[in-house]
Amino acid sequence: MTAIVTVRIQEADFDIAREIAGLTHGRTDIGAVVTFSGICRGSEGGDDIAALTLEHYPGMAEAEIMRHAEEAMSRWPLNGLTVIHRFGRITPGENIVLVLTASQHRQAAFEAAEFLMDYLKTSAPFWKREEGAPGNVAGHAEGTGWVEARAHDDAAAARWTKS
Amino acid sequence: MKVKYFAWVRERIGKAEETVEPPPNVQTIADLIGWLSARGESYAYAFEKPRVIRAAIDHTHVKPETAIAGASEIAFFPPMTGG
Repeated sequence: MTAIVTVRIQEADFDIAREIAGLTHGRTDIGAVVTFSGICRGSEGGDDIAALTLEHYPGMAEAEIMRHAEEAMSRWPLNGLTVIHRFGRITPGENIVLVLTASQHRQAAFEAAEFLMDYLKTSAPFWKREEGAPGNVAGHAEGTGWVEARAHDDAAAARWTKS
Repeated sequence: MKVKYFAWVRERIGKAEETVEPPPNVQTIADLIGWLSARGESYAYAFEKPRVIRAAIDHTHVKPETAIAGASEIAFFPPMTGG
């Protein structure tokens, strides 16, 4: 059956069960679905966060995620995948991102989901800004509330690079 | 060409996008950063650490040495923090 690749950038929340059903409905060739959902934490490094605001680059965000979705489809025997990334103001406990990968056997789905998340962190054009307690600027880019990129995220993405 | 700015690059420059016409000697992304930096204090502040700045040409990530010839939209932004 045809593999379905879905990439959506949206402000609204998503329903994980509905997204899984959309990927698997009516199919009997899928034996594994891996779900990763990224959720807004209520504190970072001991400091409380009121909300995150996610800025994105419309057009490029879709294009960049689609490039990695297509690479995942070519590297692993997947039956389909879904990536949804939210933007706008997101409060603690709310969903930020969803990656679903479907395959006949679990290994491909696990690996592809991890690959997609590692690249979403480092190459999808999204920027998080923390809305925290007044004066809480530690760890922020120049004390402006913008979250700083982390070296371990770059290292996580680099391990997928073909030598 | 159209130039777009995101996150703290946008805030420091004070605008989200503009149309610029750099002179012919501005050939690469690094050249363009240098040329923009000379336009005023807000640009100089945004690009004060050029090695931190990421760039894209027509929705594709590019390196500082990439030529800008033929680009219709160039974007500058900090390292990404999505996911």
